[in-house]
Amino acid sequence: MTRFLLSRLWQSLVLLLLVSMIGFAVLHLAPGGPLSQFALSPGVTQEQIERIKEQMGLNRPLPVQYLDWAGHLVIGDWGKSFRDGQPVLVVIGQHLSATLQLMVSSTLLAVALGTWVGVLGAIRRYSLFDYLATVGAMVALSIPTFWFGLVTIYIFSVELAWLPAGNMYTIGDGSLLDYLHHLIAPCLVLGLVTVAIWSRYMRSSMLDVIHQDYIRTARAKGVPERVILWRHAIRNALLPMITIAGLQLPTLLSGALVTETVFTWPGMGRLFLDSLSYRDYPVVMGILMFSAVLVLVGNLLADILYAVTDPRIRLD
Amino acid sequence: MPVDRIDELGGRPEPEQTLHVNRNRALRRFLRHRLAILGTVTIAVLVIACAIGPYITPFDHLFIDIRSRFQPPVSGAHVFGTDEMGRDLLSRLMMAGRVSLTIGFAAMMLSTIFGTLVGAVAGYYGRKTGAVLMRFVDAVLCFPNIFLLLTLAAFIQPSLMTITIIIAATSWMEVARVVEGQLRSLRERDFAVAAEMIGAPNSHIMFKELLPNAVAPIVVAATLTVARAILMESYISFLGYGIQPPEPSWGNMLNNAQQYLNSAPWLAIFPGLMITLAVTSFNFLGDGLRDALDPRLEV
Repeated sequence: MTRFLLSRLWQSLVLLLLVSMIGFAVLHLAPGGPLSQFALSPGVTQEQIERIKEQMGLNRPLPVQYLDWAGHLVIGDWGKSFRDGQPVLVVIGQHLSATLQLMVSSTLLAVALGTWVGVLGAIRRYSLFDYLATVGAMVALSIPTFWFGLVTIYIFSVELAWLPAGNMYTIGDGSLLDYLHHLIAPCLVLGLVTVAIWSRYMRSSMLDVIHQDYIRTARAKGVPERVILWRHAIRNALLPMITIAGLQLPTLLSGALVTETVFTWPGMGRLFLDSLSYRDYPVVMGILMFSAVLVLVGNLLADILYAVTDPRIRLD
Repeated sequence: MPVDRIDELGGRPEPEQTLHVNRNRALRRFLRHRLAILGTVTIAVLVIACAIGPYITPFDHLFIDIRSRFQPPVSGAHVFGTDEMGRDLLSRLMMAGRVSLTIGFAAMMLSTIFGTLVGAVAGYYGRKTGAVLMRFVDAVLCFPNIFLLLTLAAFIQPSLMTITIIIAATSWMEVARVVEGQLRSLRERDFAVAAEMIGAPNSHIMFKELLPNAVAPIVVAATLTVARAILMESYISFLGYGIQPPEPSWGNMLNNAQQYLNSAPWLAIFPGLMITLAVTSFNFLGDGLRDALDPRLEV
């Protein structure tokens, strides 16, 4: 176990290094590099830009600049927002929880609904239901999230007036019920993709499991089918899904950005877009790096959790 | 939760059941191929409509006619209605289709070439080179796609070419992984070892001996990449960082649609349907190709 943990940690560190290099490359890809916002303002002369470059150390060799930049990232100094001068990490922290709420709720939806669809598809393989679920999942993965959001708003907010068209709370009402009422639509919209993916993986995981010897043994012993399904099959089929949940993180984050935009949900995705339109590059870069690190850590945790729950994995 | 039929799959099936399952499997294959054919036909229709449609319609996609703004579909001269400036929606959809499909195909070409190169080198040389390249692929995959795309899009001057390039730059990793896996196993095969022994140069073995054997999975991955690229274009254009108005793309046509959702829902519905139609078709086609080219894979 220790060996597994150490090698997995080492891999993640290497990956983190590469991720930071890519982030640094993107930063320097901007026309004018990190100083692009000055290059765009008409009042700033070339001379002044050169002086700022000198002051900020931007005329040093790239490897030195990278080490400097990465060093600041490590100690939590991610720069300050151009908009209000707040530290980038503080700004991200203020918006993170709304995004996480959205992600967690739609993941729960995926776990509940996707598991059900996947299990049913597996035990009734090649049935009409299985067929419809397969095609349905593929169509669901082809629908642009933002458009699905617009259609949801049109049907449930405009035509039926059942759900609010956006935001987290009604102004002047901060109750839990009001919050949940606002959560339904964005959760469903983000959940469309997660449910589709989850059900596909759950189906194939379930198919792997129900052809195992121990299922046959259990059946030979006369264990009731219901018990076989719930205790032997589904529980084991769910194990590899831990990894899948980790691998879905980038998709989930991208989906959250789009969903937040359509439903004016005050999360990290909206912050990202707002910062883009203000050309607030420290925040943009901060969120880009933060989301990549989030994905990395999420995958690491998923792998460790999987290894803890399934002893067979540690042998690799 | 219906559990009564799980026994069908675990134990030895009755002869009757085998027949039943086989028939259903055949049905499934047939239907799947039907979906793939349907996808192909849809793609062909979309491509032809977008290519020659604008020459046939009486309305220019940029012609502004304030008097006939917000005309609902099938009500008058405009079959799909008009937008907030009275421009004909059908003409715009077809012109937008040109843009979106072009980006889809072009980004697929670019990312497939690049991904194949990276994957081939990584899979062929293996060891350190391969490990470094594939870790790099993993690292790029850590960045949520849309975040990376939007950051890049904010730094560039948006045009058909630049948007294509940044979409390709964020979607070559799947192909690279597929090719790497294929080449890593292929290069151990006898014919590859033989080629190496007679002194064939690396590039010859890589591109002439090994890569032709990996064409099938590359084609499948490339088809799915078209679907992804169209979707990605629509995302960044919808968010305002892709193709810029007045040049229409399916994504940016939805950009303004949200504020007219009350009064003119068709402005939101049609472009989204086109995106879904195109992306679903490419996904069906890719899935069908995977079935046809590699029967061992059960999705």
